[in-house]
Amino acid sequence: MKLLYFAWLKTRTGVAEEDVTPPPEVATVAELLAWLQTRGPGYAEALADLSALRVAVNQEYAVPSDPVGPSDEVALFPPVTGG
Amino acid sequence: MIRVQREDFDVGAEIAALSAGNHAVGGVAVFIGLVRDMADEEAIGAMTLEHYPGMTEAMLERIEAEATDRWPLKATLIIHRFGRLEPGERIVLVATASAHRQAAFEACEFLVDWLKTKAPFWKLEEKSSGAEWVTAKASDDKAAARWGTPDSAPQDSTTDSDAAE
Repeated sequence: MKLLYFAWLKTRTGVAEEDVTPPPEVATVAELLAWLQTRGPGYAEALADLSALRVAVNQEYAVPSDPVGPSDEVALFPPVTGG
Repeated sequence: MIRVQREDFDVGAEIAALSAGNHAVGGVAVFIGLVRDMADEEAIGAMTLEHYPGMTEAMLERIEAEATDRWPLKATLIIHRFGRLEPGERIVLVATASAHRQAAFEACEFLVDWLKTKAPFWKLEEKSSGAEWVTAKASDDKAAARWGTPDSAPQDSTTDSDAAE
């Protein structure tokens, strides 16, 4: 699974992009976020407030119950501020 | 048409090209977004716009298609820049061409409202106190919400963005 981080998610996790292999029981966005929180202090801090987070799966906005799988591209970012 | 680019754009040339040769166009509405030199009463030296290549283009195309579905538009153009921009520089151009002004005005405003809440861009402001990511505004969510339920992209008004307002 390819993970992308943008804006302060990138700063706090310290990575822009990484390939990960979550445990097989991780099947949804919510489960993925819960697993990511356990990966170290940077992740725990970056993912402390899930309401401040937006997730896209394969470049489409996703909700916590959406499925995720090994071939997916999952992006984590704060609410957008363009324009 | 949508474009995501680092370079500046020529406003006059872009607007002229939008209606060139299309005499069914009776009016063109334009919004140009600029970098301000102040944010929350603090001076801004510059800002850097980050985006999500691929998703950005897909979202802008979808937003443009939504506007074309809702209003009788003859042409539309969205140009959004990324990278480091200084105060006074152009960030975004949104232009809509229609037979009559009302559709052009409304569609232009709609495009800006939806773009601000759905297109994956993030602003990092350079202040004297350091670099700071801009927080999403609840007022932007409200502006986008008045156009009706989006068929995609829930950037809902959460408690954190309300608090940031």
